[in-house]
Order: sequence, then structure tokens, then C-alpha cells
Amino acid sequence: MRMAFWLPVVSLWRRELVRFARDRNRLFGAIGQPLVFWLLLGAGFEKSFAPLGISSGYLEYIYPGILLLILLFTAIFSTISVIEDRREGFMQSVLVAPVSRTGLVLGKVLGGGTLAFLESLVFLVFLAFLDIPISIASLGMTLIFLAILGIGLTALGFAIAWQASSTAGFHAVMTLFLFPLWVLSGAFFPAEGASRWLAYLMAINPLTYGMDGLRQSLYLTTSDANTHLWFCVIISVAFAALTLSAAVWQVCRKEK
Amino acid sequence: MQAAIAVENVSHKFDERVALDGITLQVMPGEMYGLLGPNGGGKTTLFRMLCTMLPPDHGTIRLLGKNAAANAVRAHIGVVFQHPSLDVRLTVLENLRHQGHLYGLKGRPLSQRIEEVLDMMALADRAKDRIEILSGGLQRRVELCKSLLHRPQILIFDEPCTGLDPGARRGFWDDLDILRRTYGTTLVLTTHFIEEAERCDRIGILDRGQLIAEGTPAALKRTVGCEVITLETRDPKGLQLQIEKVAGRDVQIIDGQVRIACDEGQQLLAQLYPLLRENVQAMTLSVPTLEDVFVQRTGHGFHVEDQ
Repeated sequence: MRMAFWLPVVSLWRRELVRFARDRNRLFGAIGQPLVFWLLLGAGFEKSFAPLGISSGYLEYIYPGILLLILLFTAIFSTISVIEDRREGFMQSVLVAPVSRTGLVLGKVLGGGTLAFLESLVFLVFLAFLDIPISIASLGMTLIFLAILGIGLTALGFAIAWQASSTAGFHAVMTLFLFPLWVLSGAFFPAEGASRWLAYLMAINPLTYGMDGLRQSLYLTTSDANTHLWFCVIISVAFAALTLSAAVWQVCRKEK
Repeated sequence: MQAAIAVENVSHKFDERVALDGITLQVMPGEMYGLLGPNGGGKTTLFRMLCTMLPPDHGTIRLLGKNAAANAVRAHIGVVFQHPSLDVRLTVLENLRHQGHLYGLKGRPLSQRIEEVLDMMALADRAKDRIEILSGGLQRRVELCKSLLHRPQILIFDEPCTGLDPGARRGFWDDLDILRRTYGTTLVLTTHFIEEAERCDRIGILDRGQLIAEGTPAALKRTVGCEVITLETRDPKGLQLQIEKVAGRDVQIIDGQVRIACDEGQQLLAQLYPLLRENVQAMTLSVPTLEDVFVQRTGHGFHVEDQ
């Protein structure tokens, strides 16, 4: 029974990785734009933007935000294919096979999540140019956040893509919902300096806690015993669980 | 003998549009059954129900005695979609392995099955090629291999020959023959090609959500009569009236042509000749096709888009 559940999941997961490895454009696609963003915005605002409570420049402030952006972009790239795949492509044959719907979602989302994680790892190389002291604890915690957020965002992308009727529709959701979700996560500017209504929006944005957790993890030292960090972990895990459930619910819904 | 497929009084609506309206039909084990009809006739809806993707609003569909909505049925049916379901970036072998995993096959048994279907479809030498470099006909054959891996008892096709060149089409039908001989699989296919329907053991004709005729192609054609006369004229309405007056027969106008189904076409043509000589640009006497059956039952042409 267990075996029967995981075999298709692993197969779907593997397929995502193999496809990705054979498509070099995607590797650079998801990293290139965030990298350009980082350099232009970071260098542009370097002196004129002094975030509250952070002594470093903007290039360093926005760095964890860019990590999150890479996760988001990779998640979008790997789930956008679902729109056509399920009506006129590969997913059709998965849907008529004796595969549990949960397994289908898990395979695809774990695959996309793995890719998002790997892409963000590549970006971690740029830590070398920043003045952030790295320890085993900070690196470990950062990786945990990247993994949880990668899965959560991929599941979110999947849930949206599954019910989207066209790629154009998905793009609209991307600019009107997913991108603002990122901007309002504290990736771009801290809530402390924003207008009050915006600060409220940021407080109810689950990604804010993922972003916060990621940022704190980067600066984590072993002596820290931070309850807020654990709160961020819990919210991020809950976010991933919620988006995964939403994706499974979408797939189980009666076809129209 | 229990029917491989039993569709009972199935109706379905999309919002207000009626897609299927009280369909009842049976397919026997080993039979090749064709669902023929124009686009929008309800074929695709019925296809999606047969392959377990869409539960009907009303009525029941049983595959091998089990409800088509149950997951358990999926292990026994194979589906070939109209749109390719192969991952073009993967090789033939990778696609087949993945498909096997979906059906719980792995390791040596899976490798043996893959070898077997590739041999049967004469694809063994292309196993390591990526799908994207294969021709349309070969891709179709890989699709067929894919659907056969788990040895389904029922194989369901949606418009199997759409987009194939004539050579690949012939090849596809040869493949189906091999398949029937080897496994005795029950085959169901939807099609809007008359010639494809002719090859089936039995067909059901769907129009506007209703099953308007069912039987073997030969029996259905006999119901029309032995011959069909088609006349091209500038004034179909006028000609229709005149022929009805002279010969006292039922005359139809389909797609601007005058059509008469009859048993003794030559005699009738001879009788009408004086009348036709004046008014007609072209006349054809032919044996009836399934298209004539469709026209006879519906009163409209096969290729006219409805709505």
C-alpha cells in the first residue's frame, strides 16, 4: 500500500528534475531576473535607503528578499505548465491512472519545490560578497526555511495553475497577487516604515513570517534562543500545509 | 456474457447546454466500437466519462461491471488521448518507465513489459530517442505503447487519427489489428471520420447529445436503401418539389444538394432523366455511406457545425 503510493510520487518528482536538467534556459531564467533586480535595486538604493534597525546597506537588506523571489519565480515556472498539461498534455495520462490525487500533487510539488530549493542554493554563493557571518546554525536554519517556503510557494502556484483556464490568466494572477505577496512580505521594505494600512496587510501576509524567519536565520548565532523564529517556522509550515491542501482540493474537485 | 462497457441512460449538462441526453449503449468484450458524430455531438463528453475523468450528472457507466467513477477501474483501462500525453523532453524509454510507475509496475517486470510493447509496435530501436525528434506517426505509436503497458482490458481512443498523414493512419490501423489479435482487447474510439467508423465492428452515431443510430456499419447502411442519388442544382427547392410530384418519393435537401435514397437507382434516374437534363449540373449514383445514414436520421449534413 505504502509502496503503491510512493512509486508514482517519486516518478513524478524525478521527471521534474530530469526536465529541468535538460532545459538550460530555465536554470538561468529563474535566477537571472532576481540577480539583476538585486544588483540594480541594491546598488541603487544602497545609500538612500537605510532600513530601520539594520546598519548595513540596502544590498544586504534585500538579499534574503531576493532569495524568496527566486523561490517564487521557480515555483511559477515549474507550475505554469500544469495549465496546458492537464487538458492537452502529460497530466491527462496521470489523471486516468490509478494514482491517488494526493500523490499526484505531492510528486509535482515536491519536484518543483526541490528545484526552487536548488536554485536558491545557487544564489547563496553571493553571501561571499556580503558582510554576513555564516555559522552552521545560521546556514542550517536558512536551508530549512528555503525548503519549507519552496514547497509552500510551489503548492500555491500549483493550486492557482490547476484552475486557471489560460496562461494569460495565470500571468494576471501573478502580477496582481503573487508579486504583491512578495513585495508585502518585508522583502523590499520593512513594515515598521510603511503606512499603517500597508503594515496591517503585511502583518496578515503569511509570507511576511517566512521572510522574517529567513532573514533572522541568516544572522542566527548559536547563542540565540529565539521564540519569534520558531513562530516563523510554525507559520511557514502551516502556510505550506494550507497551500498543499488547497492544491489537493483543486485536483479532487469535480471536473467542469 | 457481461458487457465490457455498459452505459445506462446517461445525461449530462454543462451549465445550460445539454451535452448528453439519455445515452444507453453496450460494448461487448473484444469488440471494436466506434462513436461517430460531428464536433459538438457529445463524443468528447462521453469519452471523458468512459475514461473516468468526468462523472455523469445522471445515469450510470459500468466498466467491466464496476462503476466508472471508482478508482479501482482505472487499473484495467488504457486511454489514448487526442492531444499527445508524452513528455517530449524525455526519451521513449523514460516515458514508458514513468507510465509503468503510475500503474505500480517496476523493476524487471516493467522492463519486460516495455520490451514487449516496443517489439510489438516495432519501436525497439527508437527506445533511447527523445520524443521531440520522432515523427507524428511514431509518437502516436509510442502513445499506444504507453497505454498498453499495464495490459488493459479496455482501450479507449479519442480521435485517434487526427493530425496523422495517410501513411501513418494506415499504420495505426495495422497496429490496432496486431493488438486485437495479440490481446483481444476491447476497443472504443471516438471519431468524426466516416472511413474510420467503417472499420469498427459496431458503431453508435451521436448527434446533439443523442444516440441516433447504432449497429454494424453494414446493417446501418442497409437501412438507408441500396443506393443514393445526389443531384447538384441551382434551385434545389424547386427540383425537390418536381421530383416529389413525378416520382412520389421522399426527397431531401442536404448542404444545398438534392438527395434521394432508393433501391433501384438506375431506373429512377432513367425515369427522372427528362426532368434532370434541364435543371441539374451534376448527378451521382452511389452506394450509401455512413454519412447517408447520418443525413437520413438527422435531416442535416454531417459536416455542418451545429449551433
